[in-house]
Amino acid sequence: MKNSAPENPGAHSRRTFLKSLGTVAATAATAQVKTVAAELEKANAEKIIGPDAVPVTLNVNGEKIKLLLEPRVTLLDALRNYSSLTGAKEGCDRATCGACTVLFDDAPIYACQKLAIEAQGHAITTVEGLAKDGKLNKVQLAFIEKDALQCGYCTPGFVMSITALLKKNFHPTADEVKHACAGNLCRCGCHPHILQAALKAAGVEHASKTEVVTYA
Amino acid sequence: MPSWPTETKYISHDTTRIDGVAKVTGRARYASDIQAEGWLYGMILRAKWPAAKITDINLEPALKVSGIKAAVLARGQEMTVRFYGEEIAAVAGTSKQACLDALRAIEITAQPLPFVARENDAKKASAPQVWPGSSNHPEPKPRERGNVEAAFKDCAAVIEGFYSTPVQIHNPMETMGNTVSWTDDGLTAWSSTQGISSVRDGLAGALKLDHSQVRVITEYMGGGFGAKFGAGAEGVLAAKLSKEAKAPVRLMLTRFDQNLAVGNRASSFQKIKMGAAADGTLLAFEAENYGTAGIGAGGDGGGGGGGADIPLPYLYKVANSRVKQSAVAVNAGSARAFRAPGNPPASFGMESAMDDLAVKLGMDPLELRLKNDPNPIRQKEYKLGAEKFGWKEKYRKPGSSKGVVKTGIGCAGAAWPAGGGNRNTQGEAQISPDGSIEFRLGVQDIGTGTRTVIAVIAAELLGLTPGQITVKVGDTRFPPGPGSGGSTTCPSISPTVFDICTKALEQLQTQTGIPDARGKNWFAACKKIGINPITVHGQWRDGLSSNPAGGVQFAEVEVDTETGQVTVKKMLGVHDCGLIINRLTLESQINGGIIMGMGYALYEERVMDDLSGVVLNPNFETYKLPGIADVPEIEVILVNMPERGVVGIGEPATVPTAGAIANAVANAIGVRIGSLPITPAKILAALGKVPPTHA
Ligand code: FES
Ligand code: FES
Repeated sequence: MKNSAPENPGAHSRRTFLKSLGTVAATAATAQVKTVAAELEKANAEKIIGPDAVPVTLNVNGEKIKLLLEPRVTLLDALRNYSSLTGAKEGCDRATCGACTVLFDDAPIYACQKLAIEAQGHAITTVEGLAKDGKLNKVQLAFIEKDALQCGYCTPGFVMSITALLKKNFHPTADEVKHACAGNLCRCGCHPHILQAALKAAGVEHASKTEVVTYA
Repeated sequence: MPSWPTETKYISHDTTRIDGVAKVTGRARYASDIQAEGWLYGMILRAKWPAAKITDINLEPALKVSGIKAAVLARGQEMTVRFYGEEIAAVAGTSKQACLDALRAIEITAQPLPFVARENDAKKASAPQVWPGSSNHPEPKPRERGNVEAAFKDCAAVIEGFYSTPVQIHNPMETMGNTVSWTDDGLTAWSSTQGISSVRDGLAGALKLDHSQVRVITEYMGGGFGAKFGAGAEGVLAAKLSKEAKAPVRLMLTRFDQNLAVGNRASSFQKIKMGAAADGTLLAFEAENYGTAGIGAGGDGGGGGGGADIPLPYLYKVANSRVKQSAVAVNAGSARAFRAPGNPPASFGMESAMDDLAVKLGMDPLELRLKNDPNPIRQKEYKLGAEKFGWKEKYRKPGSSKGVVKTGIGCAGAAWPAGGGNRNTQGEAQISPDGSIEFRLGVQDIGTGTRTVIAVIAAELLGLTPGQITVKVGDTRFPPGPGSGGSTTCPSISPTVFDICTKALEQLQTQTGIPDARGKNWFAACKKIGINPITVHGQWRDGLSSNPAGGVQFAEVEVDTETGQVTVKKMLGVHDCGLIINRLTLESQINGGIIMGMGYALYEERVMDDLSGVVLNPNFETYKLPGIADVPEIEVILVNMPERGVVGIGEPATVPTAGAIANAVANAIGVRIGSLPITPAKILAALGKVPPTHA
């Protein structure tokens, strides 16, 4: 598929212009009314995209993916339904479970809450992109070692949230880990092991408190 | 009689999941990840009325939506709707967006009907009948033993309490659903299920196909907890869509669908009267309980029924007892089996009543349990737990905690009488001349570590490492296995793998002349089997597994009397699990049971609006699950009893949690909150700080 999307679609879109409008209008009132009106006219004259499919280029795990998508398609759907990257999971499609967490220029986001067209020009990392040369990252290794997963459906989301945390905070406290995972749900109840795994990935070992006692 | 080895390298030790890498890298393909060639998106249209007579459904406008390839009816052009969210029709198209447009386009002619949403209203004679012609609330049949009235007269202390539990929703992180491909050659369903065999049989039955024409595959699935046993309306609809569209259809439920229509735990309203002699011996018990399983008595699965009945007086033997129970039909989605069906509500009601009685008797509630629990294993568990928990040092009289934030402790017990092995379980292993070995069992791994259990046992018995064992599960083409429910999976497959390994070693001996093919002889023996691999078939064997399982739990809480906020500071679970197979994954499962029980105790409740018949919280923003910050330190004591063989643990781990937490709260504030979930509003009302809301 040929991609005809602009190289840097975020540079001067109608959206960014309108976003800045609020502050501009508030600080420099009447003097600028004319300019504002002119700009608005220009913005409205810009081609409205959709409702039909438009070419979209995503930068995922360091690779360019070119797709033809209706503008209303989310980043999560683009990954899961239009490419083969099904690592990010759908648990709610409405910003409440975190199963869809991906990195957006290193920040964890809910992929179900971002339109694919808005994600253009940003570096997206999914769980499939964490292992380098077949070597799992520290968080992935710790998840396996601490058994921080059962069904595993929430796992990619938690792994991404904790990977993002460790990128900016090398030695998080337990509370900081909990805060970073506040947007992720796990119904199998792996939370104690997830916490242990996150701390382990940061270099802090927590021994299991489980005791085995013989009945006889 | 066969027996498990006593000196072990892997059994009873820690083995990390053999599918861990697949799960942490996103390589594991769940039912919702399947991208069959040319697949379409499927979606269900659901009723927007709690009760209605539909006289016409026009699918034509949906079929005109660009990208839509098929539209089918759930039942027929005319149908009666009995709950908000009931399936009406389904569409398949090239995108989610096309399906959303198509659902909006479908035209329905319907007449809303009277409905009833709340148990108390449904019991009234004047209530609209959920099933016309039959009562919403059939007369309960009492079960009685001894002489209850006379026994109450002999009691030194009698309590009467009212304990209620809400409708709880399974909410696995992966919703229900399938990708179904129906061609002239037959039907393949990649299903998010706990029972590939029951899905196959259900699809074959509903679609009038031979069982042999239906194949169900579940490589990975995202949790079930009892809701995912059957083919479900969504499975049948996906198949019909696939047939009509001549393409595979992926139909996964939305989170809303999941909360409305595919099962829940029935509510309970337990009126309990109980009395004891001065030394604490229970003498008399009387209970009346009703609850709702929605429009149904509850679909059944491998995990027991999903009805409204609960086992009372639960763990305790009372010589004189009378129990009356009944289900109340309301216009809401049907209940289904849900992790230890019936037991968590029974445990909550009964264990709350025990603590209330202990207060009246002036006894330590732990002593009252030791006095009356006839089970020797739980007796031991209470003692072990009390010591580790520091019960004696921590226990204070209810309400004696000082200050604004009050602390309290509580305990409760669990039993899971079902469980045990499924005798029909089979499996096979293929051994190749290069020494590789692949096990194939028609069971599924729902997150409990089933694959790893197979690898651990095989490695132990064959003298290999778990990493050398290839395990294939989740395909109805493999020898039949059990559904994953009712704490039966591990006791079903472990003896089966034992049998396969025993037979494999026997066959290797006959075929190669090497007397013991285990361990260091393995590769030499395999080399001598010739060009073709050998396949060994095995089946479940008696004497290697058992049931029941039980356990006790202790909780320590803090209650902020100004905000009503409950913080669980600590949980201790003491559980008997027969022969431990894999300590690591077992610990995960117990943690999971406790955390799910915490949700039941403090957060979870389906809220119905009685005026509209609509579920008000069918999503995670208003149906609260425990999050990582809610989860306290959890300690586990595993009571290893290898002489009992393999025992399942999935159910008992979640049973006593709510009772233990509720008792800890009552111990902290000196007032009983008899209704789950224990919300800040209920605490403040109980303390007289806000007026009570009507439940
Ligand atoms: S799927 Fe995005 S938060 Fe749940
Ligand atoms: S492991 Fe199943 S939801 Fe977290």
